[in-house]
Amino acid sequence: MQAFLKTGKIGGSERPSSSGAKTSTKKKPPAPWVEKYRPKTIDDIVDQGEVVQVLRECLSGGDLPHLLFYGPPGTGKTSAILAAARQLFGDITRDRVLELNASDERGIQVVRDKVKSFAQLTVSHTRPDGRACPPYKLVILDEADSMTTAAQAALRRTMERETRTTRFCLICNYVSRIIPPITSRCSKFRFKPLARENVIKRLQEICETEGVDVGDGTVLHQAVDTCEGDLRRALTALQCCQRLLGKITAEGLIEVTGLVPEQLVQDYVNVKNYTELEKFVENFLMDAYSAAQLLEQLSAFVVSCGHLTNKQKCAISEKLALCSHRLLDGGAESMQLTDLGCTIIMANNNP
Amino acid sequence: MSLWVDKHRPKDLMKLDYHKEQAGRLKNLVQQSDFPHLLVYGPSGAGKKTRIMCLLRELYGSGVERLRQETMNFTTPSNKKIEIMTVSSNYHIEVNPTDVGIHDRVVIMDLVKNVAQTHQIDSSGQREFKVVILNEVDDLTKDAQHALRRTMEKYVATCRLILIANSISRVIPAIRSRCLTIRVPAPTENEIASVLHVVCKKEGLNLPSELAMRIAKCSGRNLRRALLMCEACKVQQYPFTSDQKVPEPDWQLFIKETASMILSEQSPKKLGEVRQKLYELIIHGVPPDVVFSGLLCELVKNCDMAMKCQVASHAATYEHRMRLGNKAIFHLEAFVAKFMAIYKKFMEESLGDVF
Repeated sequence: MQAFLKTGKIGGSERPSSSGAKTSTKKKPPAPWVEKYRPKTIDDIVDQGEVVQVLRECLSGGDLPHLLFYGPPGTGKTSAILAAARQLFGDITRDRVLELNASDERGIQVVRDKVKSFAQLTVSHTRPDGRACPPYKLVILDEADSMTTAAQAALRRTMERETRTTRFCLICNYVSRIIPPITSRCSKFRFKPLARENVIKRLQEICETEGVDVGDGTVLHQAVDTCEGDLRRALTALQCCQRLLGKITAEGLIEVTGLVPEQLVQDYVNVKNYTELEKFVENFLMDAYSAAQLLEQLSAFVVSCGHLTNKQKCAISEKLALCSHRLLDGGAESMQLTDLGCTIIMANNNP
Repeated sequence: MSLWVDKHRPKDLMKLDYHKEQAGRLKNLVQQSDFPHLLVYGPSGAGKKTRIMCLLRELYGSGVERLRQETMNFTTPSNKKIEIMTVSSNYHIEVNPTDVGIHDRVVIMDLVKNVAQTHQIDSSGQREFKVVILNEVDDLTKDAQHALRRTMEKYVATCRLILIANSISRVIPAIRSRCLTIRVPAPTENEIASVLHVVCKKEGLNLPSELAMRIAKCSGRNLRRALLMCEACKVQQYPFTSDQKVPEPDWQLFIKETASMILSEQSPKKLGEVRQKLYELIIHGVPPDVVFSGLLCELVKNCDMAMKCQVASHAATYEHRMRLGNKAIFHLEAFVAKFMAIYKKFMEESLGDVF
């Protein structure tokens, strides 16, 4: 009886706690790993020595110039500035930072109204609780290369006039799409593609924290290979794979990244005649692989391919560029693949 | 009485006829606490929609099958009123944003916002999110796709998106990287044949396996078309015989006819006749890109390799221009004229060699 009561009691006391734990985990939406492991401080940022140094300097009291970050996706541009902003402003980040990215309305009207009025506000050099903080605000324009030229032009004067109270940070992939008057007003920083070993180290750390088994790490190497130094893509791929399969395998990674199997790329290059080509294209599209992806992999394959002469490589690459352009414009996949295939056959026939 | 396609559509993930391994994974996915955005892609007739409906049923139970149709109204920034049809249940809403052409961005932003802002009242025992299904994502304008990416992140707490596309070539990478992508390859001919057998058995019919194979071949690995063809066969003649004629879609025959017309004579007069044919195809709603690939496929049949290459390259050029322009007929006709020129030159040269 006593034992029964006792166990009953223990059971009773245990249940609420377990259910409590459950509701608390339920309330917090499971964050994507990319958000969860975004660097909290600028010291966590992988690679990118110079930028980190400049940011560190301004954290320790120096002045912050207007910044222009450029580089390939997934190298930590947004993470760097967000981490810096958090360290600079602490809990008043929300009042001091205006973040706009490509999905927000960002035409000339918004630059004139929203950005300008935000920039004109003056702020004090102390926080509400009396501690010191930098006497300026920060405007982050993410994906700035998708802003129209007119909108960029509208920024020029604002940037200069409000230097006293506001710093701008523009982030883009292609610096050539930013108009020169803007680039000349900012200090430019190039974000290099991340070094292989650093990416792998970071992925390994995250996998360990998440309790994911990655074996001897060959799958991580593969993830990095497929993602070309893009840490975000590698991480998303790993997480998708983990979700879908419950474990991380080489095949799973190929599946979630939408990669075309290497064998198919080789088949495409080695196609002999038109009938074979027709068949290949049909099967390829029926298996729902992406033509754009095939072109991307093909370009890497052709350039490093041993048995093609330079002339052949030129012919194929030229057509490849043309077809890829048409594909982006929305051309039909079957047509473009057939066209490129014909060029490959012809190139193979007369070396 | 409903068509076989609808009548015998599998309703449970475990009852799917092919890609069973994938079905198992999807089931696993549902049972996890967290459900990501999905991007499902594959050729038409591969079973994308079937899989999604199974998935929804798995998520919410049979309530998702009580569907209703509604017309929603939106206003564009330029004050133009647009209407769009939606199909919805208590748990999900399905819409085809490309119906409104270039205003698809407004539809996406407003619709998702509407859905996301209404919370489920009774969330006990239910999922705390609703599902928005967007069709033909690859035909969305770039603007709309960019609008999607922020929306996807912002409302992740209350709604999940399931995007359907035929190919991911035209889906921007930013969306691809935010979704769990699921590839649905078309079933092989053997798989189609076995499905046909199963369906016929359920209907109490006797299907010879040769006929099943022939239907499967004709369908071009499109299960929906195969089932429709099979049903058409049954209406035409039952009991089945193994050498029965399989009715081909008439537009395919029509394209073949057009192609043979082009091959028979190359003259401006003929071009005029071909134009009539092309107009007829377009009027009947055959998509111009289907006409293009059909023509290419038929026309190159009796050319030599060098000419095939030339024709294919011209076809690709004109098809690309057609996408950029908005009158399909110009570009189809330009291609036909170009082909006639090449073909005539080729014939004259080869005749010249003979003499």
